[in-house]
Amino acid sequence: MEKKNKRLGKNPKIAKIFIYLVLALLAITILVPVAWVFVASIKENSEFYRSPWTLPQGLHFQNFADAWQTASMGSYMLRSVLVTALALVLLIVISLPAAYVLARFKFKSKALWNTLFMAGLFINVNYIVVPIFLMLNNGDIFLRKMFDKPFLLNNVFILALVYASTALPFTIYLLSGYFKSLAKDYEEAAYVDGAGYFYTMVRVIIPMAKPSVVTVILFNFLAFWNEYIISMTLLTKPELKTLPVGLMNLMAAQKSAVQYGQLYAGLVIVMLPTLILYMCVQKKLTQGMTLGGLKG
Amino acid sequence: MKKKNRSGFIIACVTPAILLFIIFMIIPTIDVFRMSLYKWGGYTANKTFVGLENFMKLSKNPKFYQAFQNSILLIVVVTLVTFSLALIFAYILSREKIKGQNFFRIVFYIPNILSVVVISAIFSAIYDPNQGLLNSFLNLFRGGDPILWLGSQKLVIYSVAIAMVWQAIGYYMVMYMASMANVPLSLYESASLEGAGKIKQFFSITLPLIWTNIRTTLTFFIISTINMSFLMVKAMTNGGPDGASSVFLSYMYQEAYTNSSYGYGMAIGVTVFIFSFALAGVLNAVTKREEIEF
Repeated sequence: MEKKNKRLGKNPKIAKIFIYLVLALLAITILVPVAWVFVASIKENSEFYRSPWTLPQGLHFQNFADAWQTASMGSYMLRSVLVTALALVLLIVISLPAAYVLARFKFKSKALWNTLFMAGLFINVNYIVVPIFLMLNNGDIFLRKMFDKPFLLNNVFILALVYASTALPFTIYLLSGYFKSLAKDYEEAAYVDGAGYFYTMVRVIIPMAKPSVVTVILFNFLAFWNEYIISMTLLTKPELKTLPVGLMNLMAAQKSAVQYGQLYAGLVIVMLPTLILYMCVQKKLTQGMTLGGLKG
Repeated sequence: MKKKNRSGFIIACVTPAILLFIIFMIIPTIDVFRMSLYKWGGYTANKTFVGLENFMKLSKNPKFYQAFQNSILLIVVVTLVTFSLALIFAYILSREKIKGQNFFRIVFYIPNILSVVVISAIFSAIYDPNQGLLNSFLNLFRGGDPILWLGSQKLVIYSVAIAMVWQAIGYYMVMYMASMANVPLSLYESASLEGAGKIKQFFSITLPLIWTNIRTTLTFFIISTINMSFLMVKAMTNGGPDGASSVFLSYMYQEAYTNSSYGYGMAIGVTVFIFSFALAGVLNAVTKREEIEF
């Protein structure tokens, strides 16, 4: 016991230095590759044949224009923004009332649905992405026969709907957790004042849930923005891609015709929105994570 | 009147969510299990019921065993390394007085917000045999041929493992930091009065008190490693070279989608699904300790 005290007491400075060293090492292994991508994104193509550690000779912003235009990252970005926004709106509009009712109303099949949504937490999209694809494909075959117009695959709205649906179990779990913690008095007071169910929900309850809603939006923004397996599977036409899938294409193309500059500019275009968002809300994000438990 | 109004409200609120949930989650999940018993390419009308034949075929396929082996390796290596590093860093950041504590926490969490595609691209740049960051750094110390991090059948799975650890550390560290924050300071104070060092305190105070949280994360380690390894492998190596980095779900996706042996692919899905739950259940049972109140 004494010995231990002595050992630590003897060289607290060295221990401290060691701790800082280890922390700095991990920070470097994370920051250097990310920073390197930013630096590489303004290098000229010829510069990539030299040591990767050399700094760029000039600011070659042409890479961004190339990525945006030639590699169509601009139109991919537009699609990503659209899908993400649409999916978020759908998710919030659908999950808020459902979570509220499932948490605070008593009705016959309530236990069943609560259990099913809980079970849904364990269904990962990676398992069901091909069945979803086939289901939509079969629907399209049917639609083609009936109306001569396939509609389900290669449809941004359907993709957003699938995103929102697969996020439902976790979102409902998180939101109803919050709704359950509220006192009954809020509704009772509203009802006494003559407010209807709908009015009470929209004007009294949902405004109180704002912090939880923000958490939901943050997490799902990152999830939807970064997602690529569903998008790759359901948007089969090459001109219809979301940003991460377009980036994968650039990665594949880079192996044959070497366009490093475009690739790293594309990487920056994908990363930047999430990084900026993270810098603004990092506290909320890491707090929200522990509040909602785990996902992923 | 009021009564009718009430059930109308309930139905209006839950129906959209329930419908979407059934269409896009429950039906596909049932499909996975049902179709694993059929021989079906996916696009044609002729499906034949074959019972467990897909599973029999699976049990004889060396490609499946390769994916199985790789997945187990990743689950073990990634979990052990990420778990210990995350725990150590969480302990350091929550117990030591560190300048820039916030800075480190923010930086360590960055990989978690990046798309897997971005991470794959970054690591492809790091692992590039000729212009890669890693090889050009190692060339300071060694000569000879460049190391093919993603091109060698032996190395590729470890290269993927490193990328996965890099991605996950910050996430679990923040988790552990949050539960460590709930450990009362007075316990540490009295322990250090009795002469227990920081390392001793870690094993006799911190670890037992956050054990419940650790157990939950172990389950998530299994599930998320299976999923994350698929996303990583698909974007970084696509299973290559020659299947050396194929994992459970990348093999499933390849069979079900790319090779159009849908029924067979779903049999893989079912096997992996059951396997992951069994593994989580076993781990849960093994790590069971009496809960400590504090």
